[in-house]
Amino acid sequence: MSKPQNILVIDDEQVIIDAVVKICSLENYSVDAALNVKTAIEKISKNYYPIIICDIMMPDGDGFQILNELRNKNINSALIMMTGYSTVENAVNSLYQGAIDFIPKPFTMDELLSSVFRANNYQEIKKKQTAFSNKNTGHELLYVTCPAKYLRFGYSSWMFQENDGSVLTGLCDLFLKTIESINRIDLLELEDEIAQGISCLTIRSGDERTHKILSPVSGRIIEVNQNLKLNPNIIEKDPYFEGWVYRIIPNDLGYEIKHLVPCSSDRL
Amino acid sequence: MFKKIGFRLIFVVALTSLVIIGVYAYFNVKSQSAGLISEVERHANQLGETVISSTRFDMMLNQRDRIQQTINSIGTQPQIRDVRIINKDGEIIYSSDSININKMVDKRAESCYACHAEDKPLEQISITERTRIFRVHPDSNRVIGIITPIYNETSCWKSDCHAHPKNQKVLGVLDVSISLAEVDKAIVVREWEIVIFAIVAVIAVGLLIAFFVRRWVSNPVHDLLNATKQVSQGNLNYAIKDLGDNEIGKLGESFNNMTKKLSEARLQLFQSDKMASLGRLAAGVAHEINNPLTGVLTYSSFLLKRTKDNPELQEDLKVIVRETLRSREIVKSLLDFARQSVPKKSSADLNEIIDKSISVIEKQLSIKKIKIIKKTEINLPKITVDANQMQQVFINLFVNASDAINNESGTILIITKQISLSPFGVAQIKKAACPKRHSLIDNEFKIDGLPALRVKVVTNGNEGIVHLDPVYGKHRNYFELGFKTSKDTKFVCPDCNTSIVQQDKLCPKCGAPVLSFEISGQGVYEVCSSENSDWEKWDFVDSAGLKEFLEVRINDTGSGISKDDLPKIFEPFFSTKGQKGTGLGLAVIWGIIDNHNGTITVESEEGKGTTFIIRLPLSQK
Repeated sequence: MSKPQNILVIDDEQVIIDAVVKICSLENYSVDAALNVKTAIEKISKNYYPIIICDIMMPDGDGFQILNELRNKNINSALIMMTGYSTVENAVNSLYQGAIDFIPKPFTMDELLSSVFRANNYQEIKKKQTAFSNKNTGHELLYVTCPAKYLRFGYSSWMFQENDGSVLTGLCDLFLKTIESINRIDLLELEDEIAQGISCLTIRSGDERTHKILSPVSGRIIEVNQNLKLNPNIIEKDPYFEGWVYRIIPNDLGYEIKHLVPCSSDRL
Repeated sequence: MFKKIGFRLIFVVALTSLVIIGVYAYFNVKSQSAGLISEVERHANQLGETVISSTRFDMMLNQRDRIQQTINSIGTQPQIRDVRIINKDGEIIYSSDSININKMVDKRAESCYACHAEDKPLEQISITERTRIFRVHPDSNRVIGIITPIYNETSCWKSDCHAHPKNQKVLGVLDVSISLAEVDKAIVVREWEIVIFAIVAVIAVGLLIAFFVRRWVSNPVHDLLNATKQVSQGNLNYAIKDLGDNEIGKLGESFNNMTKKLSEARLQLFQSDKMASLGRLAAGVAHEINNPLTGVLTYSSFLLKRTKDNPELQEDLKVIVRETLRSREIVKSLLDFARQSVPKKSSADLNEIIDKSISVIEKQLSIKKIKIIKKTEINLPKITVDANQMQQVFINLFVNASDAINNESGTILIITKQISLSPFGVAQIKKAACPKRHSLIDNEFKIDGLPALRVKVVTNGNEGIVHLDPVYGKHRNYFELGFKTSKDTKFVCPDCNTSIVQQDKLCPKCGAPVLSFEISGQGVYEVCSSENSDWEKWDFVDSAGLKEFLEVRINDTGSGISKDDLPKIFEPFFSTKGQKGTGLGLAVIWGIIDNHNGTITVESEEGKGTTFIIRLPLSQK
């Protein structure tokens, strides 16, 4: 595991801040805190926090303001959104606006830690990437971006509509890289309904962490990639083709597609 | 008072009958008095003739005293006022009233005018011209006078006295006047009779009209008025009793119909309003409770990690974590209910879910000494449901059942079985088109929550919309008020006015035209166009045969639900448990079952117990 980085936790409830501080300190992260949006923005402009854990609803504003602030000032902090008002819309909006993860309150220690763990790795990978492109030395492939015709949900999952109207879903390579090693994948069954922004599969990583992945689209599962059960490593080897996860009949693709990012934009 | 319809009606009718009776009475009295007078006239005339013939002999003998005597004796009759004989010079020769004898009569007087107008007396004049009616004084009785001419005869100028020359045609006149007092009295009596009759008739007509107006108009209108007042005060359950089969009765019926629909609409509005406020409440509660829960959950899971070497503490902490996770699920399901989210379905064994649910509340039930009897069908096929939500449903129903059992040793009976139901009353029409492929589904108008079929009706130049129930077999159709269907009624597509009436086919039940809709990929749906018939046919669905359901019956021997409460129990916030309940339980259950495309119904008898029947379709399509 890479070196723990600085975290800023923003929440209007002291007990949440205390809990996050306590848990993250357990894995040697150093945690700073802000009780409202104003202090948070001040702190962000003064210091660089690779990881920010942010509540959505606060007395003087919301978490989306922090996301805007980061975007406007071009700060590449990885933001994890958490909220007690865990609607699907909030989850979808957070990821669409650039948050790297969404955890509904209340969460367990493990849930928080696995999310922070991924954020940490995400920053690590991004840092390496910048370092390479700056040096311009060689071309070490850190992760494979998703194919041009695909659409991604945040940086974690992708979807692709086939000619027959059915939709394939799977996981992005960058996300898989943040998990490090896959031990087991828990899949849903045939005929199950999945919904955009709601967890659709669980990955157990080598270090016994549990990672929940939010579905990019809503629909009914008509096919599950059986190979993943036999050999979970396929998804790491070929996440965009052989390692697809579900084939679904989408419910409302026209609406949901607005919250997805076309992968072609990553190549610019 | 004059503003009342009944009074105005009575007034107009009374006035009309008064005028009619008045006019009739006027002419009747007039003709009757004319008849009476002509009778008197005839009588007087006859009297005149009698006097002349009875005095004739005396005249021949020129016995003037005898003549005077005869006239006197006639004049004593009570009716007769005066009998006079006047000669051609106008001198009164004989008179029953001796004062008048030898007096001269003015030939120019009105009574003489008929004959003497032309100076030369007429010799032959009719009886009416000889008659006159006059008053001696303005305030005395009327008198009828009749003049009878006394003609010259051979014996008159051949007689010894030679009183009259031969060439004289008229010798004089006999003037008889008869008092009309009796006749006038009779006429007055007659007039009074008519007036009394008119008053009695008007009163009788008025009362009769009043009675029927009251019965047919006032009372029903009063009832209607009362009903509108009740409705305006918010009592939408008020129904007008049967007002008969006339127009007002129809008005009452349509009023009842209107209030019924109004109350349904209000209930729906009320329900959605409640749902909306529940949503806001749930969201607020969820947010507020999730923060402290985060504290509990993180700290307890943190402790769990730090006390790995203390197994005793671990056990307790695990309980805290487990229960907090359960709370998390509860809050989540509250939010889910508020948002009516899609259930997370997976293939499950219903019996297993029931067993799990029982195990959760077993302890609670055993304290109350409630027995659970299971009659579950073994080898029940697996069903695609959200197991957590279904468990919530069963636990909730078991808790309700145990709450309803007041006395000790009650029982809860659980029966599961697989049943086959006809699609009639279940299948929903989701797509319907006119012959030109316009969609006839109206998403704006919903019947029991489902978009209805929309058809335009044209009848007698009026246009209206009929909304048909999209559920095959339920037939809760809404006909816009105010038109009646007839032979000439057309049923057309609201977009292109193409007729959707099926040619050469009439409803086998009532003979009305049959509407036919094309259901894309699912054949043709036919329905009778009459409001009063419930005939409908959907061959495609009928031929698909019976649909498989799993049925769960949960029966308790508790206190039951009163008839008044029965329709309300699935409404949010309806509770009979007072402070103990939130009134959300059954509303949540209804929402869950509905999300599974299932149905939940209830049968209950007060004092005997309640049965909830849940039916879930085996195939989710």
